[in-house]
Amino acid sequence: MPQTKEEVGTLQTQEIDYAVRVSGVSKTYGDVEALRDLSLDFPRGQLTSLLGPSGCGKTTLLKIIAGLLSSDSGEVEVNGKPVTGPGPDRAFVFQDFALLPWASVLRNVGFGLELRGVAKSEREGIAEKYIRDVGLTGFENSYPHELSGGMRQRVGLARALSVDAQVLLMDEPFSAVDEQTRRKFQEDLLSLVQNHDKTFIFVTHSIEEAVYVSDQVAILLPRPSRVSEIIRPTSIRNKSKDSIRRDPEYLDIVDRIWESLRSYVE
Amino acid sequence: MRNRPLLLKLLSALIVFGGWEIAGRIPVSNAFPTFLESMSALAILTFDGTLFTAYAETLKPLVVGIAISAFLGIGIGLWTGLSSKFDWLFSPIFIVMQAAPLAALIPLLIIAYGIGLTSKVFVVCIMAMPVIVLNTSGAVRNTPSSMIEMARAFLANKRDVILKVIVPAASPIIFSGLRLGISAGFIGAILAELKITPTGVGDIITFSRSIADYPSMYAAIFSIILLAVLFLNLLEKIEIYLFKGNVRGYASD
Repeated sequence: MPQTKEEVGTLQTQEIDYAVRVSGVSKTYGDVEALRDLSLDFPRGQLTSLLGPSGCGKTTLLKIIAGLLSSDSGEVEVNGKPVTGPGPDRAFVFQDFALLPWASVLRNVGFGLELRGVAKSEREGIAEKYIRDVGLTGFENSYPHELSGGMRQRVGLARALSVDAQVLLMDEPFSAVDEQTRRKFQEDLLSLVQNHDKTFIFVTHSIEEAVYVSDQVAILLPRPSRVSEIIRPTSIRNKSKDSIRRDPEYLDIVDRIWESLRSYVE
Repeated sequence: MRNRPLLLKLLSALIVFGGWEIAGRIPVSNAFPTFLESMSALAILTFDGTLFTAYAETLKPLVVGIAISAFLGIGIGLWTGLSSKFDWLFSPIFIVMQAAPLAALIPLLIIAYGIGLTSKVFVVCIMAMPVIVLNTSGAVRNTPSSMIEMARAFLANKRDVILKVIVPAASPIIFSGLRLGISAGFIGAILAELKITPTGVGDIITFSRSIADYPSMYAAIFSIILLAVLFLNLLEKIEIYLFKGNVRGYASD
């Protein structure tokens, strides 16, 4: 049975370490109510997806957690501290990459450190390491317009990793890359979650993607915006990357989510 | 591949100058010299030093006017682009300045500032500044919001956002404004010398025309165009040096 919002409340009382807690957040843009009294918790070291049809406020929620937008009411806490603006404990990966076109890959990756006042030689050393980690060695001095969409998002990912924030906020990071690159990214993301002790919050509109990569999928529904369901595909997580997509439980969960979402899709 | 643009440049120069030569030989008008006549007049003006003394005079209002227009223009442009209040205050002035029939306003400038350098600098500024201001403020306002959001997410303060994101993002359009503004400034400098007091290159043009020495007149006009093109090339080099990744090749150069 789907868990309802009330049951989310009972989850909170369990002894789980939450990196990010959102409680009673509302946000309206003019007449449009983007979020209404939304509460959701994000367990530390895990990947939580925000999944839902367009217009359900998932990106708004992510930007409120990032401190880029302020909420009208309610509270967001990261590591127990209330969010009042962007902070060093969070890093953001953008849907449209948001790279600086006049800056080389090296400077783009080190841009977060540059803004923090890290010395040039030090930040370039760190940037080089993460450029290697995302597989872009040899492109340090290229410019964004010389790279493919997938490579650009690797730059965006390296930039977010290089500031070493505990919470990684990803706003539909793979939606602007081609299907094959996207699959590769999803596999890479699984190892990233496993190898780094970071909390990932991942916005997507792809049901398959959400179930494939997540420890916890929060389904957001519009009119009014709310968390309608939280699904934890726990047994899939122990399977190998290659067999997940053929796993009957994976397919069941994907089907079940589609059942609950289909009435909201015109 | 590197030689092809050079070849095209030579070819286009050959077509233009060839067309000029033919038109001069027909002739389309008695007041229109051939290319070769104009070039030999240019050589004479250069070697007897006339051209250098003329430019020493013409460059004064031109350089001062362009420097003022560039610094003040970009400054005011940034300001109006960043703050809607100042946009409201300043933009109308520059829109009016851009649309104003300058030649008709020159007598007013002479009444106010005399016939000296000040009036000429004003003419250069009125020609050059509006497009620099309006381009800069438009470019600043159109900075992709995701880039600003990115900088904020990575803890940029307001100064970082302006200097490291907004200004570089606006730079291609600021530079195109500078190119247009500086070309207009060259026109303004000559216009000032024709309309206020004939000095420098304007004097060569006026004087040669009055004695029907058309090759010298066209030589002077040609030299000012050449100077403008060289100056715009320099500007482009500066832009490429400053913002390499922004530049994806220009049709000019």
